[in-house]
Amino acid sequence: MSNSNNTIKSQFPWHILFFLAPGLLIYLCISVYPLIDTLWLGFFQEDSIGKRTFAGLDNYRTLLFDAVWSEPFWNALWNNTKFFLIHMLVQNPIGLFLAALLSSPKLRFSNSYRTLIFMPTMLSVVIIGFVWQLLLSPLWGISENLLYAIGLGDFFDSWLGKETSALITLALISVWQFVGIPMMLIYAALLGIPDDLTDASVVDGSNPWQTFWHIKLPLIFPTIGMVSILTFVANFNAFELIYAVKGAVAGPNFSTDIMGTLFYRTFFGFQLQEGSTTMGAAVATLMFLIILIGVAIYLFLVQRRMQRFQL
Amino acid sequence: MSTITQKLIGHNNGKKVMMHAVLLTYTLIALFPIFVIIINSLKTRKAIFNDPLALPTPDTFSTIGFEQVLLRSDFLLYFNNSLIVTVIALFFVLLFGAMSAWALTEYKFKGNLFIALLIAMGIMIPIRLGTVSILNLMADLDLVNTLTALVLVYIAQGLPLAVFILSEFIRQIPKELKEAARCDNVSEYKIFFTIILPLIRPAMATVAVFTMIPIWNDLWFPLILASGEETRTITLGVQQFVGQYVTDWNAVLSSLTLAIVPILVLYLIFSRQLIRGLTSGAVK
Repeated sequence: MSNSNNTIKSQFPWHILFFLAPGLLIYLCISVYPLIDTLWLGFFQEDSIGKRTFAGLDNYRTLLFDAVWSEPFWNALWNNTKFFLIHMLVQNPIGLFLAALLSSPKLRFSNSYRTLIFMPTMLSVVIIGFVWQLLLSPLWGISENLLYAIGLGDFFDSWLGKETSALITLALISVWQFVGIPMMLIYAALLGIPDDLTDASVVDGSNPWQTFWHIKLPLIFPTIGMVSILTFVANFNAFELIYAVKGAVAGPNFSTDIMGTLFYRTFFGFQLQEGSTTMGAAVATLMFLIILIGVAIYLFLVQRRMQRFQL
Repeated sequence: MSTITQKLIGHNNGKKVMMHAVLLTYTLIALFPIFVIIINSLKTRKAIFNDPLALPTPDTFSTIGFEQVLLRSDFLLYFNNSLIVTVIALFFVLLFGAMSAWALTEYKFKGNLFIALLIAMGIMIPIRLGTVSILNLMADLDLVNTLTALVLVYIAQGLPLAVFILSEFIRQIPKELKEAARCDNVSEYKIFFTIILPLIRPAMATVAVFTMIPIWNDLWFPLILASGEETRTITLGVQQFVGQYVTDWNAVLSSLTLAIVPILVLYLIFSRQLIRGLTSGAVK
């Protein structure tokens, strides 16, 4: 090693540049620079002819405290939080449950179940949004008839059209689509647990439920943490589903508005309001901060606590 | 699998049946919506509404929806656009990703750790947040409404995860291989392209799947950077088409089916590789 290194050291390491430059250059220009530029743009204001002036924190003051802007903002943030909580409370437990079933030893057709349950995850969110819009449409009546068939017909409502239920319905559609991801990741973690550990607890007289709860679950905590942060980032960055089903105005009456749709409307404008580059940048910056806080909490809190469980 | 666990679970047949019942129910829940859309796309409008759950029969069979879709929109063009963007972006993500991963794991140089961390951040921070400036940049470069803009964005989007996964793999390659080559005075370029690249092919397959799906399914960047008729991708094309012809149920169902079926076919062919990639721990 030292021989070859000495000869290389004497001259400029062109080969490193050759390997690193193309990827790094594209990444810096198209990903890092725009992000930094966006954070910077959020401090500016733009007049009608597009002239930019430095405005300090004015955009953020407007977004957070001026009622015209702050109401939609807090509404979107709160809706987004609900959207995320529904994923955490429904998607990830179902994923965990399915993974636990699939990982039980000598289960036949385990591969087929996995493949088929994961299928919706592969499709575009937009397509899934339309599919469910049709299925839940009172016009077609397919869900209504199915519910009547099992005696629950009276519960049917145009869930996607009602202010009180539209967001929950959309969140559940998203849960339905993405449940395969926690399922797969947790399944892989469960398979990675050494048999002697579970055997030991069985010998010690614990039933399968206890084994799962006390031995396996603590061991897969790191995976559950990872699933949670992936869910968090994906949810606070979501846009397509709401846009496909409800449009950019996220109706009815903004009840399905989340950060992604708010960002889109602020940047591009909609019926009542002109788009603004700088306000759009400010909204993007706040989304960036939210995601950063989530990632920081994950890295510092969850990661550290989990190390105790690692073997 | 150990014999103890086998014995304990093997005895319990009733529990097995329950497990299958639960899994089967969930599988049906996962497949039913897609199934309903596909069968109804092949029926007459009357049959769609009269009996949505019935399979198409010779009486109710109709391809009018597909004819409408192909007539009123340029589906083949959209499909083609998606294919071009995905394939080119994928190629460069794999090539540049592998090259960067090799540079960062193999050579010690100033700024190595910083660059590695910077790239790792891209796994968690969505590129979408920089959209405002990306659009400005593309406008400055005169790339708005071109497929090139999409390709560039998707390369930048795919690189972080590619570098991360490929680095893990490159680290596992035994030192002796490289040292032997260096002793024979093989150049660094040749070591990478003829020794390393073939060795990390399995990891490349995993990366390919994780890169491809988000690109193919993306709506955000096509909507913002390339919404013109000529550059529409399939996801954007379907979105616009459905928005325009909401009331034409045959056409809507058919356009959704056209978007779904190719992916399902590909998925069923490659599901083994995909699931192996997901569960092999490459993404831990």
